[in-house]
Amino acid sequence: MIYAILRRFGQMLFVMFGISVIVFLIFFATPGADPAARIAGRNASPEVLEAVRHSFGFDRPLYVQYVKMMEKIFVTGDLTSFVNRGWKVVPAVLDSIPVTLSLVFGAAILWVVVSIIIGIVAAATRDSWLDKLLMALGLLGISMPVYWLGEVMNLITQSRYHDSWAFSWVPPLGYKNFSDDPKGWFLTLVIPWITLAILYIGIYGRVLRAAIIETLQEDYIRTARAKGLSETRILLRHALRTSLIAFVTLFGLDFGALVGGSALLTEVVFGLHGIGKLTYDALQNLDLPMIMATVMYASMFVVIANAVIDFVYILLDPRLRTS
Amino acid sequence: MILSVRDLRVSFRTNDGLVRAIDGVSFDLEESEILGVVGESGSGKTVSLLAVMGLITDPNADIEGSIRYKGRELVGLPARELRRLRGNEIAMIFQDPMTALTPVYTIGWQIAEQIRAHRNISKSKAMDRVEELLAEVNFPNPHEAMSRYPHQLSGGMRQRAVIAMALSCNPALLVADEPTTALDVTVQAGILDLVRKLRATHKSAVVFITHDMGVVSELADRVMVMYAGRVVERGSRAELFSDPRHPYTRALLGSIPPLTGEKPRRLPAIPGSPPSLLRLPQGCAFGPRCPVHYEPCATGKPDLEGDTHAAACFRVAQA
Repeated sequence: MIYAILRRFGQMLFVMFGISVIVFLIFFATPGADPAARIAGRNASPEVLEAVRHSFGFDRPLYVQYVKMMEKIFVTGDLTSFVNRGWKVVPAVLDSIPVTLSLVFGAAILWVVVSIIIGIVAAATRDSWLDKLLMALGLLGISMPVYWLGEVMNLITQSRYHDSWAFSWVPPLGYKNFSDDPKGWFLTLVIPWITLAILYIGIYGRVLRAAIIETLQEDYIRTARAKGLSETRILLRHALRTSLIAFVTLFGLDFGALVGGSALLTEVVFGLHGIGKLTYDALQNLDLPMIMATVMYASMFVVIANAVIDFVYILLDPRLRTS
Repeated sequence: MILSVRDLRVSFRTNDGLVRAIDGVSFDLEESEILGVVGESGSGKTVSLLAVMGLITDPNADIEGSIRYKGRELVGLPARELRRLRGNEIAMIFQDPMTALTPVYTIGWQIAEQIRAHRNISKSKAMDRVEELLAEVNFPNPHEAMSRYPHQLSGGMRQRAVIAMALSCNPALLVADEPTTALDVTVQAGILDLVRKLRATHKSAVVFITHDMGVVSELADRVMVMYAGRVVERGSRAELFSDPRHPYTRALLGSIPPLTGEKPRRLPAIPGSPPSLLRLPQGCAFGPRCPVHYEPCATGKPDLEGDTHAAACFRVAQA
């Protein structure tokens, strides 16, 4: 067990190292990518360019630059932005993490619970009108772009119907710290949670329904029927658990990506300054240290999420325990 | 009389038309009797017994006729009441033990689940019973086996676990659907011994589906031979093996390699293959493959003739 954890940790470090090298090379070593020229701005004279190059350390060998940057991210934590000099990158990332985590965790709980219910109900009543209705709604959820849905949500809850009894509780856009104001934290996030979850509820509900229906064809379901178990028990105890594997795989990928910044559109629409927004801004003005830091953070989460998923697999399926 | 099936017909509505998988099957089963049901793949052996178990879940299936278990009609019985019988009074063993158990639960859990579905006893009591059952089906270390997952056991062991599960509520009727087909010959022999022993200890009647005449000759009290959804011959084991009447039964027996005497260079085989249930021939379904085929066979369907030993063949009726 300890060996497995250590090995996993080693893999994680290796993946992160690989990602950091690739991202570093993309921005620092691809032909035409001269960070100094970008920082100095257009029409900078060669002298200014040289000065910038020296002042940011771009005249040193690449591997020195790489090591220095990694040291500043992980050891000293005092990497500063190229764009706003003096702006410390690591604290900026650390400040955005709770925002993104709050958004994604809440949405994930919502979408997992609702889509499991939808998947089970649809599979249990397959080919009935209820199944067809749920699947049509799921498709609708998948088809709505999140930025559009978010804006519509805002339109309804922030302006058109804000004064009605239904939405008067919705606070203005923005994030409130959980430690300062738990109630405000919850209320500001309810609408973003729903918005982000709707897409995934559609996908996961459909995936789970398909997996359950496939599992119901298995021989051991016939055995369970021959045992005289009720259909409910067969569905929940015998079919659901093996069907959850596809669901969990998908969840690991989506959750890791969302925490790593893919919730950008939701963050922007609802004025939440999370990792996605931070990465987006950094990419807009090519703030290399910030890009580097957010990418490292995102890759760390993707790798951690995958490790957790592997663990959940083992919980779900004993066949994976021996190897 | 444990089980009495009369004129059972099972048909499936498919895109290609109505498929009549079972066409007028009747048989009786006495207490603690072993009935061997023999036939090729697609002859309707499994479907007829799934119908008895109420396990045909296809919404496009029609089941007609009468299935009486201890005098009680099972066709049309509400699902809830059928469930009370299934696993409790009527248990089933399936063909492939590799896929018959839910992979994510231990053997002990799965057997205890069945006991607790039908008996109002505590979990620990159920587990004690599981241990007894596993010992009864010759698990060398029953206590340890309870906490094993299906994938940790060999095929023979899994089949023993499935049998233990089937026996857990002392069923009066045990339906075994080719339980030895997927197993090695040595393991097969062990399972057959087990079925015989259990008939003695549990007094269960057994319907044993197989396509292996050797297994039938070892195990069955009475035999029923099926072809294309109909019973073509039935009788006691002795009658059937010493005096096979239907040409199909004779052909089946003829294709078993003899243990004594000169070995034939080639085993005789039945020419052709079983007919598609969608396009059954006019008249006797075995007609096109039959060595003693004559005019009446092409027009009418022969009925079972005879009392204890009966065959459905115009030649037999004529003789």
